[in-house]
Amino acid sequence: MTFASVDIMPRRAAPSAAEDSAPMLSHLERLEAESIHILREVVAETERPVMLYSIGKDSGVLLHLAVKAFYPAKPPFPLLHVDTTWKFKAMYAMREHAAAAHGFELIVHKNPDALARGINPFDHGSLHTDLWKTVGLKQALDAHRFDAAFGGARRDEEKSRAKERVVSVRSPTHGWDPKAQRPELWKLYNTRRGPGETLRVFPLSNWTELDIWQYIQAEAIPIVPLYLAAERPVVERDGALIMVDDERMRLREGETPRLRKVRFRTLGCYPLTGAIESNAETIAAIIAEMRASTTSERQGRAIDHDQSASMEKKKREGYF
Amino acid sequence: MPAATTLERSARTADTQSLLRFITCGSVDDGKSTLIGRLLYDSKMILDDQLEALESDSRRLGTQGGELDFALLVDGLAAEREQGITIDVAYRYFATDKRKFIVADTPGHEQYTRNMVTGASTAELAVILVDARKGVLTQTRRHSFLVRLLGIRQVILAINKMDLVDYRQEAFDTIVADYGAFAAEIGLDDVTAIPLSALRGDNVAGRSTHMPWHAGFSLIEALERAPVDLAAQAGRPFRLPVQWVARPDHSFRGFAGQIASGAVRPGDRVRLSPSGRETAIARIVTRDGDLAVGEAGQSVTLTFTEEVDCSRGDVIAAARDPVAAADQFEASLVWMAAEPMLPGRGYLMKIGTSVVGASITEPKYKVNVNTLEHLAARTLELNEIGVCNLALDRPVAFEAYADSPDLGGFILIDRITNATVGAGMIGFALRRSANIHWQAVDVDKQTRARAKGQAPRVVWFTGLSGAGKS
Ligand SMILES: Nc1nc2c(ncn2[C@@H]2O[C@H](COP(=O)(O)OP(=O)(O)O)[C@@H](O)[C@H]2O)c(=O)[nH]1
Repeated sequence: MTFASVDIMPRRAAPSAAEDSAPMLSHLERLEAESIHILREVVAETERPVMLYSIGKDSGVLLHLAVKAFYPAKPPFPLLHVDTTWKFKAMYAMREHAAAAHGFELIVHKNPDALARGINPFDHGSLHTDLWKTVGLKQALDAHRFDAAFGGARRDEEKSRAKERVVSVRSPTHGWDPKAQRPELWKLYNTRRGPGETLRVFPLSNWTELDIWQYIQAEAIPIVPLYLAAERPVVERDGALIMVDDERMRLREGETPRLRKVRFRTLGCYPLTGAIESNAETIAAIIAEMRASTTSERQGRAIDHDQSASMEKKKREGYF
Repeated sequence: MPAATTLERSARTADTQSLLRFITCGSVDDGKSTLIGRLLYDSKMILDDQLEALESDSRRLGTQGGELDFALLVDGLAAEREQGITIDVAYRYFATDKRKFIVADTPGHEQYTRNMVTGASTAELAVILVDARKGVLTQTRRHSFLVRLLGIRQVILAINKMDLVDYRQEAFDTIVADYGAFAAEIGLDDVTAIPLSALRGDNVAGRSTHMPWHAGFSLIEALERAPVDLAAQAGRPFRLPVQWVARPDHSFRGFAGQIASGAVRPGDRVRLSPSGRETAIARIVTRDGDLAVGEAGQSVTLTFTEEVDCSRGDVIAAARDPVAAADQFEASLVWMAAEPMLPGRGYLMKIGTSVVGASITEPKYKVNVNTLEHLAARTLELNEIGVCNLALDRPVAFEAYADSPDLGGFILIDRITNATVGAGMIGFALRRSANIHWQAVDVDKQTRARAKGQAPRVVWFTGLSGAGKS
């Protein structure tokens, strides 16, 4: 056997002993630098980017990174909130505050069709998510002719996301074709698009839920207070603790809201979002609770319980 | 504009763990899924509800007679398997008190080369699995070659299923000797061998009581101690590929990018490539305040003391040790598309932050990844690896991949489908002239010609590197 090809094989530079002891970037610094790099690449290579702002903790981190990435200029894109009209009150308050604080243009889109038909989580089941979120998002992207949308999804959120690309191509009808996804090497993202094609971009792909909380704590990023434990009126429904956030909540037979000390790990439409009992009133306490073995954050998200491969299916249909 | 608070590094985010990215490679059934599942489990990344699901899945689908089957933690969804999209790299995450880890897991069989190369491109270390009963196989050699091709320096040879060879040292020693000889031949010189049982957990997190003869680290201990690639890049000259120009108002022009190597301080002289213009760094701007020093890996925004033309695709480099530009290269190329590589066809090359037209002028040979033999080649098919000459539409700033994956690694994009069809690593530039650094001077040609009454002429200073030309 010959090994003549050895000479063509590069060897990345080795650190000397002295460099080994040099202080290196921490995991949060590396994650931050990577996300900023992704944000800048996509802004440089697309015409009309937009940042999807869901008001949750991941969105909060993404917004914070966007401000850092383009400083001292303002991030050269608007925020888009695809509203379902069923979010928690505290989320709407946060939305106005966050956009104003950084001088972002905020676009709020509510699917007019869903509005007219009074689509709600009580009567319409999965149609609620489909019309408000999936169709709503497509409407907003088409209306503004956005060619790239940043989202805060992470690969650790669930098993099926482990192979998700940082830059994901969608067809002109916003469909996701697994075979059209491109290999991603080094820091080289291929952002080229054919006519009508758009990109979904996930700068937080490599962050875990714990990284998010550590970063929020380190950087003092504002979050919706619902993430911290407090006494809140909840009912127990199908094994989940649902908060009664306004008078639209339809109580079933025998349900009476009771005050319990709860917090939320993810935030969505309040009638569909389960709380967990917790005493964590600070971010440090959340991190401590997470470290002491818990449950995965999607457990509280009713959307995932529909069917096992639900995310996969929703993605094909154009849900983020 | 910011208050000029000078920070070393953000003290708030610095006080945490480091980060290591690695890839796992193994043949089917060597126990790769079991090992990754075990790493996640032992580092407590498996949460209660996932554990419940794992217990019920293990009873239903497991291969372990109802005991926990860790492989099920990382196997893809049923729907995914039906669609046949197992041809992909999956990224998994776990952390210990010292480190956070990002694992590139490449399960595909047929698409192995493409997937492994993709996963290896961002990995700082490779864990190569071997079944203790089978020893070094053709696949083991192939994986090692790909690891070497992508320039990964550190290898952990994980000799798995030691429980099936009664934890005997001879079995381990034979494989280590066998692999050692091969590794030396291909130039992998940093190999740590660890005997383990992914299934039973021997030498995964803690040291095994079954193998007292193994004096070395457990797998997690070894992963926690491995040096990161940034450490090597930190010691190299300063380079920053410009991603984006920040122009918030008329008074500010900042050049944003991630530092590929070295460090930069205000006052440092820098030279731009490909233009060759020189200036000096005025500020290192971040939203947290100006930095006294920017380090390899950081995303920053630089301003110059004297305005010079600079845009996306340019590389800002230490003036004393600038970056060359060239338009012809010899490079290793991995083909990633079903449609074969076509010499002479125009592709787009993305390298650093530049996108430039490129074509393969001459395929030199391809490499049989199993035997490492060189074969004559006119083209490259999917998953084939070769060495080619490439010609670009214009010169780009570059470094040899061996020196800098950030400035020497590239992808090729099909101009019509926009698919990423190939990945390459620059060996060296082919045109000598490309090695000339344009010596920008304060007095430009016209001024000088006018002042001296002379016509401009090119003077070629030649001599060995370090002879004092600059
Ligand atoms: N006895 C023993 N079996 C193992 C070990 N690691 C994996 N296996 C088994 O080997 C088979 C293949 O493992 P799997 O993780 O699916 O292999 P993969 O194809 O490399 O992902 C399964 O039946 C595992 O339970 C080990 O350390 N000891």
